[in-house]
Amino acid sequence: MTDTGRGSPYAPHTAAETRSMLDAVGVDDEEALFDVPNSIRFDGQFGIDARSESATRREARRTLARNDDLVSFLGRGHYAHEIPSVVADLASRSEFLTSYTQYQPEVAQGFLQALFEYQSMLVELTGLEIANCSMHDRATALGEAATLATRVRETAGSTVLVPDLVREEQRAVLENYARGGDLSIATVPTDDGTVDIDALEGIIDEEVVMVYAENPTVRGTIEEGLETIGDLAAAHDALFCLGSDPVALALLEEPASVGADVVVGDAGTLGLGQAYGMGHGLFATREDFLRQVPGRLVGASTDQSGRRAYTLTLQTREQHIRRERATSNICTNQAWVALRTAMHVAWLGPDGLLELAEDCVRNARELAARVDEIDGLHAPVHDRHHFREFVVATDQPADAIRDRLAKEGFAVHAVDEHRLQLCVTDANEHATDRLVAALREVA
Amino acid sequence: MRYDQARWADDDAYEPLLVEKREAAVSPGDSEDAPLPDDLTRDSLSLPALAEPELARHYTRLSQETYGVTSGPFPLGSCTMKYNPPLLEDVAADPSAAVHPDRPVETIQGTLEVMATLQDWLGRIGGMDAVTLQPPAGAAGEYTGLLIAKAYHEDHGNDRDEVIIPDSAHGTNFASAAMAGFDVVELPSAEDGRVDMDALEAAVGDSTAALMLTNPNTLGLFERDIEAIAEIVHDAGGLLYYDGANLNALLGRARPGDMGFDVMHYNVHKTFATPHGGGGPGAGPVGVVSDLAPYLPEPHVRETADSDYELYEPERTVGKVHGFHGNWLVLLKAYAYIRRLGDAGLSDASAKAVLNANYLAEQIDLEIPYGPFHHEFVASAGDRDAIDVAKHMLDFGVHPPTTKWPELVSEALMTEPTEVESKETLDQLAAAFEAASAADAADLDDAPRRTTARRIDQVEAARNPRLSWHAFDGPE
Repeated sequence: MTDTGRGSPYAPHTAAETRSMLDAVGVDDEEALFDVPNSIRFDGQFGIDARSESATRREARRTLARNDDLVSFLGRGHYAHEIPSVVADLASRSEFLTSYTQYQPEVAQGFLQALFEYQSMLVELTGLEIANCSMHDRATALGEAATLATRVRETAGSTVLVPDLVREEQRAVLENYARGGDLSIATVPTDDGTVDIDALEGIIDEEVVMVYAENPTVRGTIEEGLETIGDLAAAHDALFCLGSDPVALALLEEPASVGADVVVGDAGTLGLGQAYGMGHGLFATREDFLRQVPGRLVGASTDQSGRRAYTLTLQTREQHIRRERATSNICTNQAWVALRTAMHVAWLGPDGLLELAEDCVRNARELAARVDEIDGLHAPVHDRHHFREFVVATDQPADAIRDRLAKEGFAVHAVDEHRLQLCVTDANEHATDRLVAALREVA
Repeated sequence: MRYDQARWADDDAYEPLLVEKREAAVSPGDSEDAPLPDDLTRDSLSLPALAEPELARHYTRLSQETYGVTSGPFPLGSCTMKYNPPLLEDVAADPSAAVHPDRPVETIQGTLEVMATLQDWLGRIGGMDAVTLQPPAGAAGEYTGLLIAKAYHEDHGNDRDEVIIPDSAHGTNFASAAMAGFDVVELPSAEDGRVDMDALEAAVGDSTAALMLTNPNTLGLFERDIEAIAEIVHDAGGLLYYDGANLNALLGRARPGDMGFDVMHYNVHKTFATPHGGGGPGAGPVGVVSDLAPYLPEPHVRETADSDYELYEPERTVGKVHGFHGNWLVLLKAYAYIRRLGDAGLSDASAKAVLNANYLAEQIDLEIPYGPFHHEFVASAGDRDAIDVAKHMLDFGVHPPTTKWPELVSEALMTEPTEVESKETLDQLAAAFEAASAADAADLDDAPRRTTARRIDQVEAARNPRLSWHAFDGPE
């Protein structure tokens, strides 16, 4: 059926087929197949009108057109990089899009190999030995890291230390993971945008099971004391968890080399683009923790004819086997986004990815310098190296500037009363001249 | 039906593996051109380097080695593998949908209108008073629902630390309950495969926070006594949680809210045809009755008096279960799907899903120990190993059912054809069941033969984990 209002347009049954199937089953009509007591029978009237395909598309576009058409200079954990056309095209191949978790690996070798390659790329980028093949997002990956820490740490303890600059939304998710696991979250102060090492040294004790830091931070600053943080964590038998993303990992210090035990982040930073916060959780860790890792893992094996083959493995950690003793409840996650991330990394190659990362430093530096020249603005506020984004000080109310910029077609973040934040990537650098001109007008 | 799946790896020549295309880039370090001082950067980076045409062929070949819903029938029980209309992709690809989560609300009224509309529709479909879209998957929805139950009981001074779950439930129920800090009380099923009412009476008490249930259950059976079950749980002061995994069987016929459920999750990637994407993204919105609405995660979307939309923090919110607003693009696809079908389409989807399951079961000559069932049934492979039967089914160009689960049926083949299969396809599926279950032992041992890979050594994969291409660098 292609018309609306008569039935599902995706059920292929003709009236004659429906009749013959009902006869085969031995009932008069479909209603006889529903074993539902009359007392709770519903009449099917939701009050939702059906639409033709074209009308559905038109209506959705018309509704979405209520969104203002703004060039976004927002970042703070959700980044857009230009998606190569070939990535979008290949990822849309229906075999990828319409398959499910690879419970029958013999007919899912393609997707399994792609996920194996994704895991391998994350291993290269983090320097850690294992990466799982996707989790929901950065915040939930951080929550999973905290519960991993309680499982693998030998002595008792229940505190997770996070910098005061972590996005409050991420911290809220972490609090919810902590609630079930009897963890408590404590805050490490930052100094001018990066972790205050002296303060950390004063706070950390044997109660701490995990220390979290980010590189770059939510303010775009690059941490300079990662190795010291790693040493402090190790000295107290706590895990060191680092938050990052695949672009930053291409250039900044390799997590393994600064003592990171776990890397979390948003891998969807490559391959997905802006999606109102939808992402894909990156999760890599040390081989020692292999049997405590949450989420799916793809491993290489051999098939009956001796050829290399791929399969989901170590599933005894997972909820469908171990139920309440599983390492996590994660089941359906973000595999298709992992595929897109892998494609984007492969398209860029090592030189392309490194160049993209270097541009994240250069573009932020150049834009900050241009903004700094504008009367009434000072940038960057933090005396640090920056990646993609930086904070701007203003004499005027920051939210007033933000609102006036929105009218000029730009979205920027107001950090607080007198501070703005700007994020620049290859996706919006074409508009930096216009942004600077607009800032000159409104600041 | 003749079937051969693509296989691109040769015995001794080209293997389409990115590992073979690796090259190293070297960070310029502290050269004049370097953007950062040497001590803040890594030394080198080794990744695949392919020209775009090579990349296109690589992933095209991998897609050909992958079986999806557009390849053929995919009757994976409890997963609701429906056809995913390209219309949904088209809608989600609208550039106006690509917004940043920190955009001020007045600049994303379209996004918020879609979200508010979807919340409203899901509420009507489930018979729930309020819906959050934030949980990024079904299990995340379970976790959210249990956090809400926990907060509700804490608020009412109840010290309740047990969640009751039937033995036939999805494994995620158990894991989510444990993550939320509850003790799990497992409920044995009655002989008819449904909730054992005596066992339930014995299990509930002052410690009961909630009972988690899916209806129809994983055997495809409707819990006819659901109203009595609700009464028992409510009288004991507990809440009733609905696992929406099997909602496709009930659209338009019954609503969890009307059955007495207090909180539920929806698997939009199952019921509302958003693609499963090889294992995600999905989305797991949670619906609640009005008493629980103050506990929903923040931010929540609502319409204002002047037809605008705003984000707000519910009064007694449990906080957050996703860093931003959930899997927005998936939610947008679910919105388009529900709009396309409307009342009649949604009800018909269930009717045809249930008809298809019953018709297919009728054509299969295997024991199906429980009934009457709705959208899925669990056949027994009898004295055959269900995994062997499944592997041989692959040789006929169909995806096999879920195997060995639920454990209530020996050698279980849990089969859910959904509404998108035609009578002709169901007949092909039945023929595959027939041929595979009647095959001789040698054929079963040797299956599958027509697939990209032959039977894979799972024990080897777990015993000697090789999880990245570094495992290939040394001697194998």
